[in-house]
Amino acid sequence: MDTTVTTGTAESVWSGGSNNKPLGASYGKMMMWFFIVSDALTFSGFIAAYGFSRFKFADSWPIADEVFTHVPLVHGNYPMIYVAIMTFILIMSSVTMVLAVDAGHKMKKNSVIWYMFFTVIGGIIFLSSQAWEWATFIKGDFGAIETKGGRILQFVKADTGERAAIRDFATPLHEKRIDHANNKGVWFYGESALPSYSVNEVVTGFKADPNILVRVENINEDGHKIVLSREESLKRLAGSKYVVEGANLIHNEYGSRLFADFFFFITGFHGFHVFSGVVLNIIIFFNVIIGTYERRGHYEMVEKVGLYWHFVDLVWVFVFTFFYLV
Amino acid sequence: MAHEHKLAIFRGRLKFKDNVQKIWGVLIFLSIVTLVEVILGIYKPAIFMKPLISAFEPGIIGSTLNFLLSPFIYLKPLNLIFIVLTIVKAYYIAWDFMHLRDEKKGLRRSIVWTPVFLISYLVFILLTEGSYIYDVYHSGFIKWNF
Repeated sequence: MDTTVTTGTAESVWSGGSNNKPLGASYGKMMMWFFIVSDALTFSGFIAAYGFSRFKFADSWPIADEVFTHVPLVHGNYPMIYVAIMTFILIMSSVTMVLAVDAGHKMKKNSVIWYMFFTVIGGIIFLSSQAWEWATFIKGDFGAIETKGGRILQFVKADTGERAAIRDFATPLHEKRIDHANNKGVWFYGESALPSYSVNEVVTGFKADPNILVRVENINEDGHKIVLSREESLKRLAGSKYVVEGANLIHNEYGSRLFADFFFFITGFHGFHVFSGVVLNIIIFFNVIIGTYERRGHYEMVEKVGLYWHFVDLVWVFVFTFFYLV
Repeated sequence: MAHEHKLAIFRGRLKFKDNVQKIWGVLIFLSIVTLVEVILGIYKPAIFMKPLISAFEPGIIGSTLNFLLSPFIYLKPLNLIFIVLTIVKAYYIAWDFMHLRDEKKGLRRSIVWTPVFLISYLVFILLTEGSYIYDVYHSGFIKWNF
């Protein structure tokens, strides 16, 4: 089989004669395109499913600008800035990748090494940024109440309209919280960490502070979340069930729990692709250093991994739009 | 290995001297598009926040028009702009970074049109179904907001 030969002139020619490649693409490149097209369909399945859930809850979906507002080392409310930087980092590492491919065509080994190195660094920076984004999202910042029906009640200050964190108004009651133990439950496996405040403490704190109002998930005609009056707020709080801080797959202080599920799933799946891309890039990087492609006579391997890397960038462009902008 | 590169972008209006210059040119273009998106996303100009046309009366003609013009009826112009800009960015990433511009027409078309066809269909089906369920939640007898 000549496709397995890695040196010599017969390489990159399909059985059936030289210079007769279908569509002018080598076997490896064609297969990479096959993979990319099928992976694009997987991603679009996820993003379309996100659209489906969002259309289902069109009038109560969380507003991304209010969820992703943090920038590392900076205090304050800066929606979009951080994710724009992440996008730029990924596009930049895509550029160094094309430059590596270009240098490969010209057989400049040292330039390929440097450009591959920068590409790997860009990928690692992007992955760390995403880890920080996840950590911030999981930690949450204001906290909320979840009702019996699974709705999220957030809090705002009546005078300024700013969000109020539950730690700012909850009254510590020093109640004794008895740990649930094995001998008291039939199907007891364990208990997750308790939130910083109990429902009772938040509700008592709410009653004591007339400046706090409840904000529900529903969106009014101007695209803002609806803030209830004091009486309505108290009525809704009567159905409180949990205190939610941050987000996980089951509870989520930002609103619809599907939002957090899709966030973890889609950005996680994309992050896993970036991680695989970084690993592939590192392998190619070392192969370039030890001269594998120099001996082979061409740098097509760099080009093929490059295709994958650009694909990851391409997917991020869509994730950026549908998660953060639209 | 000598590769032929097509060095013109924007339908031949902008020509570059060599491939490396073209790469930087495309980067600058993509950065500008991203910057425009971020600025629009932060400031959300009020003129882009209301749909351009309101829905037509249901009926054979009205419903057909509602379907054909749905991006202008049911989407905010701002979101429409974001989606168009995203496709523009995707085009330049695929054409210049993944060098589809230099591939044979047959390969390029089979790579692009297959997903475009399948994804449009999937998105159409899922979004239609999603808005149907939205209506069910609003006009049905299920109490979910408690």
